[in-house]
Amino acid sequence: MKTTVMLAAVAAAGLAASVASAGTLDDVKARGVLNCGVNTGLVGFGAPDANGHWSGFDVAICRAVAAAVLNDPNKVKFVPTTGETRFTALSSGEIDMLARNSTWTFKRENDLKLTFVGVNYYDGQGFMVRKDLGVNSAKELDGATICVQTGTTTELNLADYFKSNNMKYTPISIKTDAEGKQQFLAGACDAYTTDASGLAALRATFEKPADYVILPEIISKEPLGPVVRQGDDQWASIVRWTLFALIEAEEKGVTSKNLDEMAKGTNDPEINRLLGSSDNLGSMIGLDKEWAKRAIAAGGNYGEIFEANIGASTPIGLARGLNAQWNKGGLMYAIPFH
Amino acid sequence: MADTDAFFRTEMLPPKEPPLSQRGVWKWMHENMFSSIGSGALTVLGILFVLYVLASAFPWFAHSVWHADSLRQCRDIVHKTWGPGTDGACWAVIRANWNLYLYGFYPMEQIWRPNLAFLLLLVALSPILFSRLPRKMIWFSACYPALAYWLIWGGTLWISVTIMAGFAVGALVLRFLGRIAGTALGVGGAVLGAVLWWLFVAAPVATALADIVPLHLTFVPSDKLGGFLLSFITGMCGIGFSLPMGILLSLGRRSDMPIIKTSCVLFIEFVRGVPLITLLFTASFLLAYFLPPGTTFDLVLRVIIMVTLFSAAYIAEVIRGGLAAIPRGQFEAADALGLDYWKAQRLIVMPQALKISIPGIVGVFIGLFKDTTLVIIVGLLDPLMGISNAVRANVAWNGVYWEPYIFAATIFFIFCFGMSRYSMYLEGKLKTDHR
Repeated sequence: MKTTVMLAAVAAAGLAASVASAGTLDDVKARGVLNCGVNTGLVGFGAPDANGHWSGFDVAICRAVAAAVLNDPNKVKFVPTTGETRFTALSSGEIDMLARNSTWTFKRENDLKLTFVGVNYYDGQGFMVRKDLGVNSAKELDGATICVQTGTTTELNLADYFKSNNMKYTPISIKTDAEGKQQFLAGACDAYTTDASGLAALRATFEKPADYVILPEIISKEPLGPVVRQGDDQWASIVRWTLFALIEAEEKGVTSKNLDEMAKGTNDPEINRLLGSSDNLGSMIGLDKEWAKRAIAAGGNYGEIFEANIGASTPIGLARGLNAQWNKGGLMYAIPFH
Repeated sequence: MADTDAFFRTEMLPPKEPPLSQRGVWKWMHENMFSSIGSGALTVLGILFVLYVLASAFPWFAHSVWHADSLRQCRDIVHKTWGPGTDGACWAVIRANWNLYLYGFYPMEQIWRPNLAFLLLLVALSPILFSRLPRKMIWFSACYPALAYWLIWGGTLWISVTIMAGFAVGALVLRFLGRIAGTALGVGGAVLGAVLWWLFVAAPVATALADIVPLHLTFVPSDKLGGFLLSFITGMCGIGFSLPMGILLSLGRRSDMPIIKTSCVLFIEFVRGVPLITLLFTASFLLAYFLPPGTTFDLVLRVIIMVTLFSAAYIAEVIRGGLAAIPRGQFEAADALGLDYWKAQRLIVMPQALKISIPGIVGVFIGLFKDTTLVIIVGLLDPLMGISNAVRANVAWNGVYWEPYIFAATIFFIFCFGMSRYSMYLEGKLKTDHR
């Protein structure tokens, strides 16, 4: 049977049409694999290792969704996308969802007809300078040359910030992070600006990280989150509530270690509803009642994923900051599972 | 009469050495480097510049580290060996990611397959490249694409066999129908026969044969391909398929038949008017809008098709240039000999046109091979950006910059330079004029 299918695929110039179905969920189930758009390689957020096994903070979301829908966190086909191609890939149906540090903005959601299902990382744009420059605040950067990536929201934010503070600057346009690092280290620019998470990750790779400081000002809001196409609300719900399940699990203290224990039933009715021991929430989004349990089992709860990929114990060493739970001074706030 | 001792030499004087300024390295330098004040100044400046570049790059190359597990370890080794504050190349990054660069994510235990495919590629290419080898080897070259497809992607061999059988069916139809009904009908019948074979006969036959003799290799999906393996597959397919296609297009463009001529002109001008990136982008994303939902169409196959079409349009124009350079008398001589169109092209026109076009054709091929790195735009991991990005995203190697670029540049240079030298060899061998 498989031979026939493969042969038909080759013979008809690689066309292997399957029955078209109404929803993304049915498509994914029929295919047996989730097509997830990710970065071509961003340290900590998504990258393949030498064996082609993907891992990272964004990648973990893909795996959680695959675990919830297909019962296997490894049934994901990771499609590397560039900044230019990511939304086209999603709109055209090449990928089912996108988890690639994409900023949620009005235009992207309404002009490109995409649905950002939530926020998995609250980022913001910052500045990095050499320590011997003696600059302690972004307000002192008047007249500086600044390395900035072209075609990003970063470039616009930079212009806005300097304009509103009545300061002048000379932009040095760069294309990739690696190039920006090279220019900055070579002294082509006084300051390097990008998302604060990126700055921290970049500084960790320097030969002498202590010679550089990240300025305290955060000049923009960059809510990054997973994206799906508009027009399939059920699929959007699945991805959205998978993300919420991971965040809720952290809030309620459900970890990959005590998951089986908790799933037997606890005194907290919300945990019971989440893990499917009392209610059957999964059936309302086309899944079974243990979907959230599997999603959490894939890589742990939100806090565990954070710590394992980009947290303080990793070389990237990001603090939780805005990404702490709402009751711990952060913005991570899962909608109740009622 | 004065008694003078007449003196005359009986032997020649040995020639004197020319003055110092007129010989050896001084003469050469005087003529080539300091022939005038301007050129002397430029020479000095040039030498200073080269020395400056060497002085800044040499320590970095001299402090090369070949064995390390991470960039940090590399730097530690450099500092320990050559003193703190020194800088050195960390080639360990290439060493540690060697398989990634060469094969992408191809399964480790199956690596022998692309290796064997590469060796067989050399065998298959040799009768095409060197005319002194036995001509029978060309049959192996003809079968090579199917064999390579089976080796690299796996599955059952019978798929490849039945696909190749389709060409055989086409050839048989052409032979018999062509004799009865003429070349034009013969070609049409051959294409129809081959397509019918592929659509209706090939699948059951392959399944049946696979049941009897299962020559099966583990299936490797396209997204496991990457690095130089991917560049090679796309490059070699593009080169192999675009040459015949380009020949047909160039003939079509000079044809008297309006439909053929117009469609060839439209195709060539459209493809040449659009950047390769646009074509790749279309193949990867926009195609999904036109195909029925749920259709899958292998990405690498799409890229190969687009690269082939792109380079075929350029080849067609290069060969048209060669055709235009052939004197009219050659065509008339072919007519006078009573050759039909295809025989005239095959025996008289094309050998001359292709010979003239060799530098241009090889130029297009070299460009095509380097253009294969553009596949990063559709998310395939090319050796220049894709794999390097993935390597840099690894915590251990995050921060390397020059080494991956230098490595990729070296490999590309070796192959492109090789192609260029071969083209010069071929030009010299085929040179028959008296200029």
